[in-house]
Amino acid sequence: MNTAATTNNVATERSAKRSRASTQPGAEAVRVKGRLRANKWLLLRRISQFGILALFLVGPWFGWWIVKGNLSSSLTLGVLPLTDPYLLLQSFSAGQLPYQEALLGGGIVLAFYLLFGGRLFCSWVCPVNLVTDAAAWLRRRLNIKGGKTPSAYTRYWLLAFTLGASALTGSLAWEWVNPVSMLHRGLIFGFGLAWGVVLAVFLYDLLFASRGWCGHVCPVGAFYGLLGSGALIRVTADKRRACDDCMDCFNVCPEPQVIRPALKAVGQDHPLILDKDCTSCGRCIDVCGKDVFRLTTRFDRSES
Amino acid sequence: MSSQNTVTPSDKALQARRRFLREMAGAAGGACMLALGVGMVGREASAKPAMAIRPPGALAEPDFLSACVRCGLCVRDCPYDTLKLSELGDNVAVGTPYFTARDIPCEMCEDIPCVKACPTGALDRELTDIGEARMGLAVLIDHETCLNFLGLRCDVCYRVCPVIDQAITLELVHNPRSDRHAMLLPTVHSDACTGCGKCEKSCVLPESAIRVLPHKLAQGQSAEHYRKGWAEKEKAGGSLIGEQEQLPMRGLEDREYGDTRVTPDYQPAKPGGLDSGWKP
Ligand code: SF4
Ligand code: SF4
Ligand code: SF4
Ligand code: SF4
Ligand code: SF4
Repeated sequence: MNTAATTNNVATERSAKRSRASTQPGAEAVRVKGRLRANKWLLLRRISQFGILALFLVGPWFGWWIVKGNLSSSLTLGVLPLTDPYLLLQSFSAGQLPYQEALLGGGIVLAFYLLFGGRLFCSWVCPVNLVTDAAAWLRRRLNIKGGKTPSAYTRYWLLAFTLGASALTGSLAWEWVNPVSMLHRGLIFGFGLAWGVVLAVFLYDLLFASRGWCGHVCPVGAFYGLLGSGALIRVTADKRRACDDCMDCFNVCPEPQVIRPALKAVGQDHPLILDKDCTSCGRCIDVCGKDVFRLTTRFDRSES
Repeated sequence: MSSQNTVTPSDKALQARRRFLREMAGAAGGACMLALGVGMVGREASAKPAMAIRPPGALAEPDFLSACVRCGLCVRDCPYDTLKLSELGDNVAVGTPYFTARDIPCEMCEDIPCVKACPTGALDRELTDIGEARMGLAVLIDHETCLNFLGLRCDVCYRVCPVIDQAITLELVHNPRSDRHAMLLPTVHSDACTGCGKCEKSCVLPESAIRVLPHKLAQGQSAEHYRKGWAEKEKAGGSLIGEQEQLPMRGLEDREYGDTRVTPDYQPAKPGGLDSGWKP
């Protein structure tokens, strides 16, 4: 308020920058770093997402059984069990104690995300991320504004209530509608009406709420977010002094609120993004023309 | 509040707190409704008897729904492609494994790979003898089209049954239409039928006259207090009400008590007795 009143010029300049940025975030980065390096993490992430999907699909498509099952529970090369701990949690609250394989598989997944960052799942593994990223991209392209975004706490409430509902109904409550497992299962085992659920998520993010699904509703993301609150891998804004307020990082980040404390030193001194909602997608690193961001560990609080 | 013009820090904090509470209430309400809706759908769906025939070893439906994580590992390890994961829109809890006997029945593998593959225990590994599986129960559901009920000899369902003569038998019954032939009625016995569905698959009719149904649909239940006299008698090793006076029956003196069967040398009373042979 104060700044806007005193320096009108700066404000208009900034908003001009912002509107430019909102249509094409990362344009400057492409100019400075080249197309490839300005999309490095995005490319790596897409390779990871499609690669993991391919591992699941070469079995049913070509008969090369590297991984059987789906993200809910799988068996890799006949030895490595992996199970989604959130599903197990639902099963626990519904009153079941699964076999050791599932527990072991859940433990492995749990340990991995506890160590490296829960929402790595969201940005590097989850297939719905492809859908919501597409919606966010199209929203920027078509310059769709507005809508009604629910509070970011919704997902935690939903997480709690899905577990409650599991206990109440004696069933894996969220699995009746979960778009994450529905999409993955659909791709591997065949769809049915589940396309509708995925389309609904896409349209919701496109028309009603910017980054609404992943950032505000999805209890799977909320669960992995909670897991990752002490995780090792973090993004740092260690060259934040070079920041020229182009807002590109805020524009591409699926959880833009996590950037401010690190970049603008609001409520913290160090440049580490410690917020559990950060998905470690690395998109901010890509689009920053000033190379402000970098991937590091949570112990690295250096600033340059 | 003190005054509208001067916004003190404490006012600001209060407003922020109010907004926060309002948002929380909204979020909680929305999430609550969503989860409750989902829960209700789930509850309703699991209250209905599943039409689906589950893989061998599947826990009772409510337990199955809370144990199965919808991974499809059982589907993958079934060598006959019997099992399918249900899709949204199928009449089966979404993502759970089932099979349609008329398409591909269960071949009753001796090593039961589907059960071995299940990581959660939704398919119970206590089941080691596939003959003990109770996936469902075959029911000869249509007496009007079954060829054997029409007095013909089809017997296909009987002959394909892996538990032939225990799970399914042919019961010899007098054919009242021709009055001189027998009908061999395929009859399923719940103590031995595994519910594999091979009979349903192989029925020669365009729509199978014999079908595997979930136990909940196929079976009644007798009340706790019902006793069958003959079963009790066998259990007790003799009549429960002691020796009975056996009164002779006129004309049947050389027979066992109660044996009123007609013998070949029996001659009905000649016309003139009760049956006068009168015709209009
Ligand atoms: S928030 Fe949910 S849907 Fe989005 S990426 Fe994470 S797990 Fe997937
Ligand atoms: S017993 Fe064999 S044929 Fe039957 S469902 Fe299991 S794996 Fe498939
Ligand atoms: S393997 Fe077990 S948990 Fe997985 S789909 Fe089959 S029954 Fe369900
Ligand atoms: S389902 Fe049919 S074929 Fe299978 S055991 Fe029962 S009677 Fe026999
Ligand atoms: S195969 Fe079908 S028609 Fe033939 S005896 Fe069995 S139920 Fe009847």
